[in-house]
Amino acid sequence: MEEFEPKIVAFCCHFCAYSAADLAGSMRLQYAPNIRIVEMPCSGTIDHRVLLKALEDGADGVFVAGCMEGDCHFLKGNYRAKRRVSHVKDLLRAIGLEPERLEMYNLSAAMGPRFAEIANEMTARVKGLGPSPFRKQTGGDA
Amino acid sequence: MIVAEQKPLAEIAGMIGDCRKVLFAGCAGCVTVCLSGGEKETEVMATALRMKRQLEGNPLETVTYTATRQCDPEYVDAMADVVKGVDAVVSLACGVGPQYLAARYPDLWVIPAQNTTFAGGSKEHGVWEEFCGLCGQCVLHLTGGICPVIRCSKSILNGPCGGSQYGKCEIGKDVECAWHLIYERLKRLDRLDLMRQYREPKDWSKARDGGPRKVTREDVMIG
Repeated sequence: MEEFEPKIVAFCCHFCAYSAADLAGSMRLQYAPNIRIVEMPCSGTIDHRVLLKALEDGADGVFVAGCMEGDCHFLKGNYRAKRRVSHVKDLLRAIGLEPERLEMYNLSAAMGPRFAEIANEMTARVKGLGPSPFRKQTGGDA
Repeated sequence: MIVAEQKPLAEIAGMIGDCRKVLFAGCAGCVTVCLSGGEKETEVMATALRMKRQLEGNPLETVTYTATRQCDPEYVDAMADVVKGVDAVVSLACGVGPQYLAARYPDLWVIPAQNTTFAGGSKEHGVWEEFCGLCGQCVLHLTGGICPVIRCSKSILNGPCGGSQYGKCEIGKDVECAWHLIYERLKRLDRLDLMRQYREPKDWSKARDGGPRKVTREDVMIG
Protein backbone atom coordinates (compact mmCIF):
# COMPACT_ATOMS: atom_id res chain seq x y z
CA MET A 1 0.00 0.00 0.00
CA GLU A 2 1.22 3.48 -0.89
CA GLU A 3 2.51 5.49 2.08
CA PHE A 4 0.19 8.22 3.29
CA GLU A 5 1.46 11.65 2.26
CA PRO A 6 -0.43 14.33 4.18
CA LYS A 7 -1.49 17.66 2.75
CA ILE A 8 -0.70 20.41 5.21
CA VAL A 9 -1.79 24.02 4.78
CA ALA A 10 0.54 26.56 6.38
CA PHE A 11 -0.77 30.08 6.94
CA CYS A 12 2.47 32.05 7.12
CA CYS A 13 2.98 35.65 8.17
CA HIS A 14 4.73 37.71 5.47
CA PHE A 15 7.15 39.21 8.00
CA CYS A 16 8.47 36.01 9.53
CA ALA A 17 7.45 32.47 8.55
CA TYR A 18 6.98 33.26 4.86
CA SER A 19 10.43 34.86 4.73
CA ALA A 20 11.82 31.98 6.80
CA ALA A 21 10.43 29.53 4.22
CA ASP A 22 12.11 31.64 1.52
CA LEU A 23 15.37 31.49 3.47
CA ALA A 24 15.04 27.73 3.89
CA GLY A 25 14.81 27.54 0.10
CA SER A 26 17.81 29.84 -0.43
CA MET A 27 19.79 27.72 2.02
CA ARG A 28 18.88 24.64 -0.03
CA LEU A 29 17.42 22.99 3.07
CA GLN A 30 15.52 19.79 2.48
CA TYR A 31 12.14 19.48 4.19
CA ALA A 32 8.93 17.52 3.74
CA PRO A 33 7.17 18.53 0.51
CA ASN A 34 3.75 18.21 2.15
CA ILE A 35 3.42 21.88 3.07
CA ARG A 36 1.22 24.26 1.04
CA ILE A 37 2.06 27.80 2.05
CA VAL A 38 -0.51 30.62 2.14
CA GLU A 39 1.08 34.04 2.65
CA MET A 40 -0.70 36.27 5.15
CA PRO A 41 -0.07 39.96 5.84
CA CYS A 42 0.06 39.02 9.55
CA SER A 43 -0.81 35.83 11.46
CA GLY A 44 -3.38 38.00 13.29
CA THR A 45 -5.48 38.16 10.12
CA ILE A 46 -6.30 34.46 10.41
CA ASP A 47 -10.01 33.76 10.82
CA HIS A 48 -11.75 30.87 12.59
CA ARG A 49 -13.73 30.20 9.40
CA VAL A 50 -10.62 29.83 7.24
CA LEU A 51 -9.04 27.30 9.60
CA LEU A 52 -12.23 25.23 9.78
CA LYS A 53 -12.77 25.45 6.03
CA ALA A 54 -9.26 24.21 5.27
CA LEU A 55 -9.87 21.16 7.46
CA GLU A 56 -13.38 20.60 6.11
CA ASP A 57 -12.07 20.76 2.56
CA GLY A 58 -9.68 17.93 3.25
CA ALA A 59 -6.39 19.29 4.59
CA ASP A 60 -4.84 16.62 6.83
CA GLY A 61 -3.17 19.28 8.93
CA VAL A 62 -3.12 23.06 9.24
CA PHE A 63 -0.70 25.37 10.97
CA VAL A 64 -0.44 29.09 11.49
CA ALA A 65 3.06 30.53 11.75
CA GLY A 66 3.57 34.01 13.17
CA CYS A 67 6.38 36.12 14.54
CA MET A 68 8.11 35.38 17.83
CA GLU A 69 6.02 36.50 20.79
CA GLY A 70 6.70 40.17 21.45
CA ASP A 71 8.05 40.69 17.92
CA CYS A 72 4.86 40.99 15.84
CA HIS A 73 5.21 43.58 13.08
CA PHE A 74 1.70 44.76 14.02
CA LEU A 75 2.44 44.44 17.75
CA LYS A 76 -0.21 41.90 18.86
CA GLY A 77 -1.30 39.97 15.76
CA ASN A 78 0.49 36.78 16.76
CA TYR A 79 -1.13 36.76 20.21
CA ARG A 80 -4.53 37.08 18.55
CA ALA A 81 -3.70 34.24 16.16
CA LYS A 82 -2.65 32.10 19.13
CA ARG A 83 -6.00 32.63 20.86
CA ARG A 84 -7.96 31.90 17.69
CA VAL A 85 -6.01 28.71 17.01
CA SER A 86 -6.63 27.65 20.59
CA HIS A 87 -10.37 28.33 20.23
CA VAL A 88 -10.60 26.38 16.96
CA LYS A 89 -8.76 23.49 18.65
CA ASP A 90 -11.53 23.50 21.28
CA LEU A 91 -14.11 23.41 18.49
CA LEU A 92 -12.31 20.46 16.85
CA ARG A 93 -12.33 18.63 20.17
CA ALA A 94 -16.09 19.32 20.47
CA ILE A 95 -16.86 17.92 17.02
CA GLY A 96 -14.62 14.88 17.40
CA LEU A 97 -11.66 15.74 15.13
CA GLU A 98 -8.12 15.49 16.54
CA PRO A 99 -7.08 19.02 17.67
CA GLU A 100 -3.46 18.00 16.96
CA ARG A 101 -4.21 18.51 13.27
CA LEU A 102 -4.02 22.23 13.97
CA GLU A 103 -1.05 24.08 15.48
CA MET A 104 0.40 27.53 16.04
CA TYR A 105 4.13 28.18 15.63
CA ASN A 106 6.29 31.23 16.22
CA LEU A 107 9.51 31.96 14.39
CA SER A 108 11.47 34.83 12.89
CA ALA A 109 12.42 35.61 9.29
CA ALA A 110 15.99 34.54 10.09
CA MET A 111 14.93 31.04 11.14
CA GLY A 112 15.05 29.13 7.84
CA PRO A 113 16.26 25.91 9.51
CA ARG A 114 13.48 26.20 12.09
CA PHE A 115 10.91 26.46 9.28
CA ALA A 116 12.23 23.24 7.76
CA GLU A 117 12.10 21.64 11.22
CA ILE A 118 8.46 22.75 11.71
CA ALA A 119 7.51 21.40 8.28
CA ASN A 120 9.06 18.03 9.15
CA GLU A 121 7.63 18.04 12.67
CA MET A 122 4.09 18.77 11.50
CA THR A 123 4.33 16.24 8.66
CA ALA A 124 5.49 13.52 11.06
CA ARG A 125 2.71 14.40 13.50
CA VAL A 126 -0.02 14.28 10.84
CA LYS A 127 1.39 11.05 9.39
CA GLY A 128 0.99 9.61 12.88
CA LEU A 129 -2.63 10.73 13.01
CA GLY A 130 -3.40 9.27 9.59
CA PRO A 131 -5.47 10.74 6.76
CA SER A 132 -8.14 13.30 7.64
CA PRO A 133 -11.66 11.86 7.58
CA PHE A 134 -12.52 14.84 5.37
CA ARG A 135 -9.87 13.97 2.81
CA LYS A 136 -11.30 13.96 -0.67
CA GLN A 137 -11.43 10.49 -2.17
CA THR A 138 -10.63 11.75 -5.66
CA GLY A 139 -8.29 14.32 -7.11
CA GLY A 140 -4.55 14.68 -7.47
CA ASP A 141 -2.01 16.07 -5.08
CA ALA A 142 -2.99 19.74 -5.45
CA MET B 1 -27.00 45.84 24.00
CA ILE B 2 -28.47 42.43 24.75
CA VAL B 3 -25.59 40.10 25.60
CA ALA B 4 -25.93 36.42 24.79
CA GLU B 5 -23.68 33.39 25.05
CA GLN B 6 -23.77 30.45 22.67
CA LYS B 7 -25.03 27.17 24.03
CA PRO B 8 -22.46 24.35 23.95
CA LEU B 9 -22.07 22.87 20.47
CA ALA B 10 -23.04 19.39 21.71
CA GLU B 11 -26.34 20.74 23.06
CA ILE B 12 -27.23 22.34 19.72
CA ALA B 13 -26.11 19.19 17.87
CA GLY B 14 -28.50 17.21 20.05
CA MET B 15 -31.40 19.50 19.20
CA ILE B 16 -30.90 19.05 15.45
CA GLY B 17 -29.92 15.37 15.60
CA ASP B 18 -32.81 14.19 13.41
CA CYS B 19 -32.62 17.06 10.88
CA ARG B 20 -31.13 16.71 7.40
CA LYS B 21 -31.14 20.36 6.36
CA VAL B 22 -30.88 23.24 8.79
CA LEU B 23 -30.87 27.02 8.43
CA PHE B 24 -28.48 28.84 10.75
CA ALA B 25 -29.89 32.32 11.18
CA GLY B 26 -27.63 35.03 12.56
CA CYS B 27 -28.64 38.52 13.59
CA ALA B 28 -26.77 41.71 12.73
CA GLY B 29 -28.00 43.45 15.89
CA CYS B 30 -26.79 43.08 19.48
CA VAL B 31 -25.44 39.54 19.10
CA THR B 32 -23.13 40.71 16.32
CA VAL B 33 -21.74 43.39 18.64
CA CYS B 34 -21.23 40.89 21.48
CA LEU B 35 -19.62 38.50 18.99
CA SER B 36 -21.91 35.55 19.61
CA GLY B 37 -24.44 35.47 16.77
CA GLY B 38 -23.32 37.61 13.84
CA GLU B 39 -22.42 36.53 10.33
CA LYS B 40 -19.05 35.13 11.35
CA GLU B 41 -20.28 33.20 14.37
CA THR B 42 -23.16 31.82 12.30
CA GLU B 43 -20.77 30.46 9.67
CA VAL B 44 -18.43 29.00 12.29
CA MET B 45 -21.30 27.21 14.03
CA ALA B 46 -22.75 25.87 10.76
CA THR B 47 -19.33 24.63 9.61
CA ALA B 48 -18.51 23.01 12.95
CA LEU B 49 -21.85 21.19 13.13
CA ARG B 50 -21.63 20.16 9.47
CA MET B 51 -18.17 18.69 10.17
CA LYS B 52 -19.41 16.95 13.31
CA ARG B 53 -22.25 15.30 11.43
CA GLN B 54 -19.92 14.30 8.59
CA LEU B 55 -17.65 12.59 11.11
CA GLU B 56 -20.65 10.77 12.57
CA GLY B 57 -21.64 9.49 9.13
CA ASN B 58 -24.89 11.44 9.22
CA PRO B 59 -24.30 14.39 6.85
CA LEU B 60 -26.02 17.69 7.51
CA GLU B 61 -26.85 20.24 4.86
CA THR B 62 -26.59 23.79 6.12
CA VAL B 63 -27.82 27.16 4.93
CA THR B 64 -26.65 30.38 6.57
CA TYR B 65 -28.32 33.77 6.60
CA THR B 66 -27.85 36.83 8.76
CA ALA B 67 -30.88 39.07 9.21
CA THR B 68 -30.47 42.78 9.77
CA ARG B 69 -32.47 42.23 12.96
CA GLN B 70 -34.54 39.24 14.02
CA CYS B 71 -36.63 41.47 16.31
CA ASP B 72 -38.35 43.39 13.50
CA PRO B 73 -41.13 41.79 11.43
CA GLU B 74 -39.88 43.27 8.14
CA TYR B 75 -36.52 41.49 8.39
CA VAL B 76 -38.13 38.23 9.52
CA ASP B 77 -40.55 38.47 6.57
CA ALA B 78 -37.53 38.77 4.28
CA MET B 79 -36.43 35.28 5.36
CA ALA B 80 -39.38 33.59 3.65
CA ASP B 81 -37.21 32.18 0.86
CA VAL B 82 -34.36 30.88 3.01
CA VAL B 83 -36.61 29.01 5.44
CA LYS B 84 -38.15 27.00 2.58
CA GLY B 85 -37.24 23.32 2.60
CA VAL B 86 -35.33 23.25 5.88
CA ASP B 87 -36.14 20.82 8.69
CA ALA B 88 -35.31 23.39 11.36
CA VAL B 89 -33.86 26.82 11.88
CA VAL B 90 -31.21 27.45 14.51
CA SER B 91 -31.46 31.09 15.55
CA LEU B 92 -28.32 32.79 16.79
CA ALA B 93 -30.29 35.88 17.82
CA CYS B 94 -31.18 36.68 21.42
CA GLY B 95 -34.34 35.10 22.82
CA VAL B 96 -36.47 37.48 20.78
CA GLY B 97 -35.35 36.08 17.41
CA PRO B 98 -36.54 32.47 17.78
CA GLN B 99 -39.92 33.75 18.97
CA TYR B 100 -40.34 36.08 16.01
CA LEU B 101 -39.38 33.26 13.65
CA ALA B 102 -41.78 30.84 15.35
CA ALA B 103 -44.63 33.36 15.16
CA ARG B 104 -44.00 34.32 11.52
CA TYR B 105 -43.43 30.74 10.29
CA PRO B 106 -45.85 28.56 12.32
CA ASP B 107 -44.82 25.31 10.63
CA LEU B 108 -41.11 25.85 11.20
CA TRP B 109 -39.18 24.08 13.97
CA VAL B 110 -37.15 26.79 15.69
CA ILE B 111 -34.14 26.15 17.91
CA PRO B 112 -32.32 28.72 20.09
CA ALA B 113 -28.53 28.67 19.79
CA GLN B 114 -28.02 31.21 22.53
CA ASN B 115 -28.52 31.63 26.23
CA THR B 116 -29.61 35.27 26.38
CA THR B 117 -27.86 36.64 29.40
CA PHE B 118 -28.28 40.35 30.15
CA ALA B 119 -28.49 43.97 29.02
CA GLY B 120 -25.02 45.37 29.31
CA GLY B 121 -21.96 46.71 27.62
CA SER B 122 -18.37 45.82 26.87
CA LYS B 123 -15.64 46.54 29.43
CA GLU B 124 -12.89 45.62 26.97
CA HIS B 125 -12.73 43.55 23.80
CA GLY B 126 -14.13 40.15 24.75
CA VAL B 127 -15.51 41.14 28.16
CA TRP B 128 -19.13 42.17 28.74
CA GLU B 129 -20.86 43.19 31.94
CA GLU B 130 -24.43 43.64 33.05
CA PHE B 131 -25.50 47.27 33.48
CA CYS B 132 -29.27 47.57 33.24
CA GLY B 133 -31.95 45.70 35.18
CA LEU B 134 -34.71 46.73 32.73
CA CYS B 135 -36.81 47.77 35.74
CA GLY B 136 -39.00 50.20 33.80
CA GLN B 137 -38.45 53.13 36.18
CA CYS B 138 -34.90 54.44 35.98
CA VAL B 139 -33.28 55.84 39.13
CA LEU B 140 -29.83 56.62 37.74
CA HIS B 141 -30.30 60.37 38.33
CA LEU B 142 -30.56 59.63 42.05
CA THR B 143 -27.64 57.23 42.27
CA GLY B 144 -24.81 58.98 40.47
CA GLY B 145 -25.25 57.04 37.25
CA ILE B 146 -24.78 53.64 38.92
CA CYS B 147 -27.71 51.23 38.84
CA PRO B 148 -28.50 49.71 42.23
CA VAL B 149 -31.13 47.43 40.72
CA ILE B 150 -28.66 45.38 38.74
CA ARG B 151 -25.19 46.29 39.98
CA CYS B 152 -26.03 45.69 43.64
CA SER B 153 -26.12 41.91 44.09
CA LYS B 154 -29.21 42.26 46.29
CA SER B 155 -30.82 45.06 44.25
CA ILE B 156 -31.02 47.15 47.40
CA LEU B 157 -32.42 50.62 46.71
CA ASN B 158 -31.66 52.53 49.89
CA GLY B 159 -28.03 52.02 50.77
CA PRO B 160 -25.41 49.33 51.28
CA CYS B 161 -26.27 46.10 53.05
CA GLY B 162 -23.31 45.96 55.41
CA GLY B 163 -21.77 42.96 53.72
CA SER B 164 -19.28 44.92 51.64
CA GLN B 165 -15.61 45.25 52.50
CA TYR B 166 -13.10 47.67 51.01
CA GLY B 167 -15.56 48.55 48.27
CA LYS B 168 -16.14 44.94 47.23
CA CYS B 169 -19.36 42.97 47.47
CA GLU B 170 -19.56 40.02 49.84
CA ILE B 171 -20.45 37.66 46.98
CA GLY B 172 -16.94 37.92 45.51
CA LYS B 173 -13.83 40.04 45.59
CA ASP B 174 -14.16 40.87 41.89
CA VAL B 175 -17.62 42.38 42.31
CA GLU B 176 -17.79 46.07 43.11
CA CYS B 177 -20.21 47.14 45.84
CA ALA B 178 -22.67 49.29 43.87
CA TRP B 179 -23.55 51.36 46.92
CA HIS B 180 -19.89 52.03 47.63
CA LEU B 181 -19.57 53.30 44.06
CA ILE B 182 -22.74 55.35 44.43
CA TYR B 183 -21.50 56.92 47.68
CA GLU B 184 -18.08 57.76 46.22
CA ARG B 185 -19.59 59.27 43.10
CA LEU B 186 -22.20 61.35 44.93
CA LYS B 187 -19.50 62.55 47.33
CA ARG B 188 -17.35 63.61 44.39
CA LEU B 189 -20.33 65.47 42.90
CA ASP B 190 -21.13 66.98 46.32
CA ARG B 191 -24.61 65.46 46.12
CA LEU B 192 -24.61 63.22 49.20
CA ASP B 193 -27.88 64.91 50.13
CA LEU B 194 -29.52 62.56 47.60
CA MET B 195 -28.71 59.63 49.89
CA ARG B 196 -30.50 61.28 52.81
CA GLN B 197 -33.75 61.92 50.98
CA TYR B 198 -36.81 59.88 51.82
CA ARG B 199 -38.11 57.87 48.87
CA GLU B 200 -41.39 56.11 48.22
CA PRO B 201 -41.11 52.37 47.54
CA LYS B 202 -40.23 51.63 43.93
CA ASP B 203 -43.14 50.74 41.66
CA TRP B 204 -42.19 47.22 40.65
CA SER B 205 -45.34 46.85 38.56
CA LYS B 206 -43.40 48.69 35.84
CA ALA B 207 -40.76 45.95 35.96
CA ARG B 208 -41.26 42.31 34.97
CA ASP B 209 -43.36 41.77 38.11
CA GLY B 210 -46.28 43.43 36.32
CA GLY B 211 -46.33 40.77 33.60
CA PRO B 212 -45.10 41.02 30.00
CA ARG B 213 -44.58 44.66 29.05
CA LYS B 214 -45.51 46.60 25.96
CA VAL B 215 -44.52 50.05 24.73
CA THR B 216 -46.87 51.87 22.35
CA ARG B 217 -45.95 55.08 20.49
CA GLU B 218 -48.91 56.30 18.51
CA ASP B 219 -46.95 59.25 17.08
CA VAL B 220 -44.65 56.93 15.13
CA MET B 221 -47.27 54.45 14.00
CA ILE B 222 -47.87 54.14 10.27
CA GLY B 223 -51.33 53.77 8.75
